[in-house]
Amino acid sequence: MLRRLLWRYLRPYRWLLVGVLVFQFASALAMLYLPRLNADIIDKGVSTGDTAYIWRTGGLMLAVSLGQIAAAIVATYFAARASMQAGRDIRDGVYERVSGFSEREISQFGAGSLITRNTNDVQQVQMLAMMGSTMLVSAPMLAIGGIIMALRQDVDLSWLIAVSVPVLLLIAGLVISRMVPLFRSYQGKLDAVNRVMREQLTGVRVVRAFVREVIEAERFRLANTDIMVVGRKVGSLFVLLFPAVMLVLNVTTIGVLWFGAKQVDAGTVQIGTLLAFMQYVGQILFGVLMASFMTVMIPRAAVSAERITEVLNSKTTLVEADRPVHEQPRPGEIAFEDVTFAYPEAEHPVLDGITFTAEPGQTIAVIGSTGAGKTTLVSLIPRLFDTTGGTVRVDGVDVRELEMETLWSGIGLVPQRAFLFAGTVASNLRLGKEDADDGELWEALAIAQASDFVSQMDGGLDAKIAQGGTNVSGGQRQRLAIARAVLRRPRILIFDDSFSALDLATDARLRQALWRELPQVTKVVVAQRVSTVTDADAILILEDGRIAGLGTHAELLESNRTYREIAESQLSVEAGA
Amino acid sequence: MTTDQTLTEEEKAEEEAGEQARIASNSWQGVAPGKADNFKQSFFRMLGLLAPHKLALVVVTFLGSAGVVLTVIAPKILGRATDVVFEGAFSRLPFPPTVTTQADAVTALRAAGQNRVADMVAAMDHFVPGAGIDFVRLGQLLLLVLLLYVSGALLMWAQGYIINVVMVRAMWQLREQVEAKINRLPLSYFDRVQRGELISRVTNDIDNITQTMQQSLSSALTSVLTVIGVLVMMFTISWKLTLVALVSLPLMAVIFGVIGPRSQKAFGIQWRKVGRLNARVEESFSGHALVKVFGRRREFQTRFRADNEELYQASFKAQFLSGIIWPGMSFVGNLQYVGIAVIGGLMVANGTMSLGSVQAFIQYSQMFSQPLSQLGGMAAVVQSGTASAERVFQLLDEDEQDPDAQDAPAAVDGNGTIVFEHVRFSYSPDKPLIEDLSFTVRPGQTVAIVGPTGAGKTTLVNLLMRFYELDGGRILVDGQDIATLTRHDARARTGMVLQDTWLFSDTIRENIRYGRQSATDEEVLAAARATYVDRFVHSLPHGYDTVLEEDAANLSAGERQLVTIARAFVAQPSVLILDEATSSVDTRTERLLQHAMATLREGRTSFVIAHRLSTIRDADLILVMEHGAIVEKGNHEGLIASRGAYHRLYQSQFAGALVDEEVA
Repeated sequence: MLRRLLWRYLRPYRWLLVGVLVFQFASALAMLYLPRLNADIIDKGVSTGDTAYIWRTGGLMLAVSLGQIAAAIVATYFAARASMQAGRDIRDGVYERVSGFSEREISQFGAGSLITRNTNDVQQVQMLAMMGSTMLVSAPMLAIGGIIMALRQDVDLSWLIAVSVPVLLLIAGLVISRMVPLFRSYQGKLDAVNRVMREQLTGVRVVRAFVREVIEAERFRLANTDIMVVGRKVGSLFVLLFPAVMLVLNVTTIGVLWFGAKQVDAGTVQIGTLLAFMQYVGQILFGVLMASFMTVMIPRAAVSAERITEVLNSKTTLVEADRPVHEQPRPGEIAFEDVTFAYPEAEHPVLDGITFTAEPGQTIAVIGSTGAGKTTLVSLIPRLFDTTGGTVRVDGVDVRELEMETLWSGIGLVPQRAFLFAGTVASNLRLGKEDADDGELWEALAIAQASDFVSQMDGGLDAKIAQGGTNVSGGQRQRLAIARAVLRRPRILIFDDSFSALDLATDARLRQALWRELPQVTKVVVAQRVSTVTDADAILILEDGRIAGLGTHAELLESNRTYREIAESQLSVEAGA
Repeated sequence: MTTDQTLTEEEKAEEEAGEQARIASNSWQGVAPGKADNFKQSFFRMLGLLAPHKLALVVVTFLGSAGVVLTVIAPKILGRATDVVFEGAFSRLPFPPTVTTQADAVTALRAAGQNRVADMVAAMDHFVPGAGIDFVRLGQLLLLVLLLYVSGALLMWAQGYIINVVMVRAMWQLREQVEAKINRLPLSYFDRVQRGELISRVTNDIDNITQTMQQSLSSALTSVLTVIGVLVMMFTISWKLTLVALVSLPLMAVIFGVIGPRSQKAFGIQWRKVGRLNARVEESFSGHALVKVFGRRREFQTRFRADNEELYQASFKAQFLSGIIWPGMSFVGNLQYVGIAVIGGLMVANGTMSLGSVQAFIQYSQMFSQPLSQLGGMAAVVQSGTASAERVFQLLDEDEQDPDAQDAPAAVDGNGTIVFEHVRFSYSPDKPLIEDLSFTVRPGQTVAIVGPTGAGKTTLVNLLMRFYELDGGRILVDGQDIATLTRHDARARTGMVLQDTWLFSDTIRENIRYGRQSATDEEVLAAARATYVDRFVHSLPHGYDTVLEEDAANLSAGERQLVTIARAFVAQPSVLILDEATSSVDTRTERLLQHAMATLREGRTSFVIAHRLSTIRDADLILVMEHGAIVEKGNHEGLIASRGAYHRLYQSQFAGALVDEEVA
C-alpha cells in the first residue's frame, strides 16, 4: 500500500529521485574514500617520514570533504523537493477525490476522518519519503560501500564483517520487532488515557452531580498505570539497543586489531591499511544501525498510507450521465417513483417504496421520527446520492440524466446543520448567488427574518462570521442559511429541519414571508413540530422508511392515527389554554 | 509577546491551529519560538518532577559517570595496542644483525639517512629490533579493552533502564496530579476556560512533556558527561591536537546559529500553513453538500490548491533547512578528521607522538562531536517541552475549591424540602445577579424555571448542586444548610438530567449504573424499563452490553437522553433537576422523554428548566428569570393575571402554538 502510493506520487519526480541517488552515492563515495586516504597518510607518509605527502594527501582529504558536503546538500535539496511535492500532490488528489464524493461516502468515512487523512496522514507519508530518500538511501550505501572498501583493503579479515553484521542485524531485528507491537500498544493506551481525561472534562458536571470523583480517579489510575507498564517495557527494550550495538562495534574493532596484528607481523598487511579497515567496520555497522532505526518509522507511515489509499480508491457513486440532459420540461416539479434506498449490507432499507409528486409552487412537509429517513429523502432531490431503486425526477427529468450543475442551479438547500463558512455575512450569503447586490441580500435577509439582527451586528453585512458560524446563535445561523438559499431564487427550496432553533413566533413569521414572497417556488420542509407543517399542501409521514400517511393537515387529523398521536402530543395541552 | 500584537486575529487562529498540528505530530523540528517569560522557572519545575526519585537519580548519575569513564578510557588503551602493533611492525625493518637495542636501531637508521623514521623509533616505548609484535602484551591490552567495553555497556544499560523507569513513573505522577487537580477545581473554572483548550492541555501537552523527557533529558546526562570525559582524555594525549579538534566547535556553533533559527522559523511558517490548510479542508468537507449544491466546488478547489501550494513551499524550505544540518555536522566531523589525520600524521612523523595516540584521538574526536550535535538538537525539544510544561503547571496552579469542612454534619434522610433563604449570588462582583431570593418548596412539588435563553436558568442549578458557593443567605435541603455539608452529601441526594447528554464509553448497563454504584442488575433493568430505555436497547447488537462509542455516536440524541434519565432514576434521589429537551429530538421520542421524565418526577421535589407549556402550567411554582435574575415567582394563573414578565414571555413563546391550536 505504502509502496504503491509512494511510487504513484513520486513517479513524476523520478528524475529528482535519480538525482538524489546520484548525489547520495557521490556523498557516500567521498565518505568512504576518507579512511583510505588516511591509511595512505600513515602507510606512505608517516612510515617513510614524507611530510610533503602528508600535506598533499591532507589537502586531497579536505577537497573530498568539501565535495561530500556539496553532494549531500544537493541530494537533500532534491529529496525535499521530490517528497514535499509528492505530499502536495497526494493532498490535492485526496481533496479532489473527496470533493467528488456523494454524501454517502462522506458519512461513511466521517468528515473528521477525511480531514485527518487529507492533512496529518499525508504529513506522515511525506516525512517518510523525505527520510527515506535521505537516510534510508545513504545508510545502506555506506554499509555496502564500506563492505566493498573493507574487502578491497586486502586484509584477510572479511570473516569478521561476515560475523558482526549478522549479529548486529539480529540484535536490531530482535529488539525492533519486539518494540513495534509495543509501540502500537503504547499508542492505544495513550489514546485510552486521553479518552478518559476528555470524558471527565466534558462530563465534569455529571461526574460531580453523581459524586463520582473518586471512582473516576480510579478509572483514570487504571488507564494511567496501564500506560506506565507499557512505557516501561518499551523503554527497557529501547535502552538495550544502543549499548548492545556499541558493544558489537567495539568488540569487532578489538577483533580487527588482534587478528590484523598477526597479518602485520607476517608482513602481509600494512598498519595504515589495518586502521582504515577498522574505520570501515565502523561505517558499516553505523549504516546498518541507521537503516534499522529507519524501519521503525515505516509501520506508522504504512497505516497512514492505507488510510489515504482507501480514500483515493473509493469510487463515488455519483457520476455524470454520458449524455447529460439540459432541458427541463416541467421546472419546479419533484416526483418520486417507487424510490428505495438502502446501504449495502444493511438489513432494512432506509427508504422503501416512496412515491409522491410535488407540483411547482406546492409545499410538501415531511415529518417522522429520528432515523425514519427524512434527511435521506430530501437529499435525493439534489442528488447528494443516488437511489438504489426507483427514480427521482426533478423538473421532469430523472436526476441521473440531468446535468448536475443544471440540477443544482435550480435548488436552494438549507441543510440540517446550518453551516456557515468563515468570512462575513455577505460572503456567506453570496455563496447562494455570487453577483447579488446589497439590495438583494437585504431582501433575502428580510424574508428569512434575519434583517433585524444583521443590521444590529457590528458591521452589518460585513460582520465577521467565524468558521462554522460559531459566533452567532443557533437560530441566527439557521436564518442566515435560509437567507442564503432564498437569495438564489431557486425553483426548489429544501428545508431540512431548518426551523428547529427558532421560537414559534419567528417560525410562523418566517413561513408566512416565505409563502408570500416565493409563491412559485416548490418547497420541501422537513420538520419536527406539527405547527410548522399545518398549512402545507401535503404532509408526508415517514415511518421506518415507508410512507405512513400523505395528505393535508385536516385530512390526516381525520384519518391517520400516527399523525393524530403526534399532533396531540404537541398541541393538546395548548388546546386547553 | 510583541510579535503577537502585530498578528491579525486570523493569523492568531492559524497559529493556534498550527500549534496543535505541531503538538499532534510530536515533531522536534517544529518548535515555535519559545516564550522567554517564565521559561527558566518552568524548565526547572519540569526537572523537579523527577525530584521524588532523588535516590534513583543519584544512582543513575553514578552509573552514568562510571560508564562514561570506562568507555572514554578504552580508546586510549586501544591506541596503546595500536602502538604495540606499530612497534612490532617497525622491529621487522631490515636491521643489520649487530643491532640489538633501541638505541642501536636509532643509530643505524640515522646512519642510513632515515632521520624521520629514526625519530619515530626513538620515541617508541618498547622497541626490540627483530622481535616482531609482542602478542602477549597486545593480548593483555585488548583483553583489558574488552573488559572496559563490556562493563561500560552494562553500566550504560543499567543507567538507561533506571532512567526510563524513573521517567515513566514521573509521568504517571504528573498525570495523577492533573487528574486530582481536575477533581479539586471549582466548576467556575470549567465554565471559564475553553474546553478544547483544556483537553489539549491534559492530553497533547502532557504527551509532549513525556516525549521531551524520554527523548532528550534522559540522554542529556550521558551526553554532557561524555563530552567532558572525552575532552579530558584528548588533553592528556595532546593539547595541540585537542586545539585542532576544538576549532570545530565554533564551526558547529555557526552551523547551528545560521541554519537553526532559519529552520525553526521555516517550521513555524510551515505549521501555520498546515493550520490554515486544515481549516480550509475542514470547512469544505463539513459544508460539502452546500459547496456542491451551490455550485462552488471549483472555487473551493482553487482556494485549496493555493493554500496547498503555499504549504508545499513552506514545508520544502523547512525540510531542506533542517535536512542540511546533519550533513553540515558530519562535514565538521570530517574536517576534524582531516585536521587530526594531517597534524597527527606530521607529529608521528617527527616523533612527537605515537601512531596509536593519533588513532585514539580520531576515535575521541568522533565521540566528541556526536553528543555535541545531540545536545544541539535537544535544545529545540526542550524548548517545546518546557512550553508544554508551562501550560500544565498553569493548570496545576489554578485556585481550588475550598476543601470540605472536617466537622461537616452527617446528612439526614429527608423527603426533599427545599428552602432558599435570602440567597445572594453573582459570578463576578461587579455584576450582581441574584440579590435576595427566598422561596420554599415542599416535598414532591415541581418548580418550573422559565425565561429566554441566556437568562441564567442554569445558575439556579449551579447553586442547588453547590457547583458554585453562595455570596450570602443559605439553601436548606431537609433543614440542612448545604454549604455546611460535604460536597458528597450535598449532591448525593440530588439527581440531575441535563440537555447535554454526557455518557462515557462503556456499556449501556454501566452508564445507567453510573447513577448509583451499588445498584444491582435488577435495579438497572427496572430503571431502564421505567424510562423506556429498554425499548430501544433490544434493537442494539449487544443489548445492555453494547459499548457506547466515543460521544455515544451509536445512539440517537433522544436515546442518549433516555439513558441519562435512567441514570438519574437509578440514583433514587429525593431532589431532581431536569433540563427539558428543546427541539433536537423528534416528536415521538419527545413523547417518550416526557413520559420518562414524568415517571422520574413522581414523588420527588423537582426543579425543571422548562420549555413545554404543559410542564410549566402544571408546576407548583414558576420562577421567571430575565437577565440572570428572578423577576417573578408564582403559579401560572397568578402570573398571567399579573400581566408581567411571564405574561410577555407566554405571549411571545406560545402565541404561535395558540394560533395552530385554533387551526386544529
